[in-house]
Amino acid sequence: MIGAIFILMLFELVGEILRSALHIAVPGPVIGMLLLAAVLVWRYRREAPLNPEAPPALDKTAGVLLQHLGLLFVPAGVGIIAEASLLRQEWMPILVGVVGSTVLSLTATGLVMHHFVRNTTSIVPQEGTAP
Amino acid sequence: MMGREITAIWVPLELSPLIWLVITLGMYLAARRVQMLLGGKPYFNPVLITIVLVAVIVVLTGTPYKRYFEGAQFINFLLGPATVALAVPLARNIHHVLRSLHSIGLALLAGSMTSIVTGVGIVWLLGGSRIVALSMAPKAVTTPIAIAVSQEIGGIPALTAALAILGGIVAAVVGQRLLRQFKIEDWRVHGLAAGVAGSGIAAAQVAPLDGMAAAFAALGIAINGVVTAIVLPLLVLLLS
Repeated sequence: MIGAIFILMLFELVGEILRSALHIAVPGPVIGMLLLAAVLVWRYRREAPLNPEAPPALDKTAGVLLQHLGLLFVPAGVGIIAEASLLRQEWMPILVGVVGSTVLSLTATGLVMHHFVRNTTSIVPQEGTAP
Repeated sequence: MMGREITAIWVPLELSPLIWLVITLGMYLAARRVQMLLGGKPYFNPVLITIVLVAVIVVLTGTPYKRYFEGAQFINFLLGPATVALAVPLARNIHHVLRSLHSIGLALLAGSMTSIVTGVGIVWLLGGSRIVALSMAPKAVTTPIAIAVSQEIGGIPALTAALAILGGIVAAVVGQRLLRQFKIEDWRVHGLAAGVAGSGIAAAQVAPLDGMAAAFAALGIAINGVVTAIVLPLLVLLLS
């Protein structure tokens, strides 16, 4: 567990360092995530291409963090109280914007994916042929 | 009399960051318990309830947000490692990504761009301010990334967090019904759409229904997060 936390924080730190060293406008943790994903994929390829599992401790810790992701954004969410006047003034564009763009985005993703998946159903799941 | 005793206990406690940490964790556990009792209804979202309950307590006790955050920052700090942890489901599903790379890629791009453009566009059309539009832009992305991107492009991270949660609830409530209107039954499509448009909250809604939906939702969250985190700051830089 401590080892897993160490890995996650190490990759976050490396991401932050790369971000400031290379002046990339991408959040440090996102860079860290890409790096860790690359390392994990490389590891699977080398060790067990048919059984893509992370080290058990990392898998477990990541699972707990992601299962309670909701809790982690409560502190930032409570910050909305500092923006009460903004909400009072602009509740209409905010509410219509969030509902409208979510519905449209769902529709766009669904229709495009559906279109391509339907056209390629003949070559869908071929087990054991991971490219 | 009673009031004075409560004040006597509250005042020294209020100075400790621990009290806000305990209140945040306690409210989250209580909200989750209530949701379980109600049978996991998507519109009774434990995160939204926790935020509302904690915000009410903070406001009623006259605590400045800064003081609250001194305690709650320890929870907030875990957002970074949690974002890195998304690498685990992403790497696990990498063979699904590579197998249908172009359909996933195009669907993701369509959903991601639709979310950004229509979110900003609707706010602008209805006379909203620039800062609200910027806070709206990354709202479909998983919240830890959305908060970071919002900060990066000059939005209000707290507003983005609230919008991300609201959008997630909207996607969780209407998602399946909406896609069935278009006669879409494929679980891969339902999963990806939930992940792209509603991130974690919508994904949590479809994931228990089908394994493939869960994998594609995780994928949608991770890739949409990465794409938006890279594209949006560049887009804002170009347009301003």
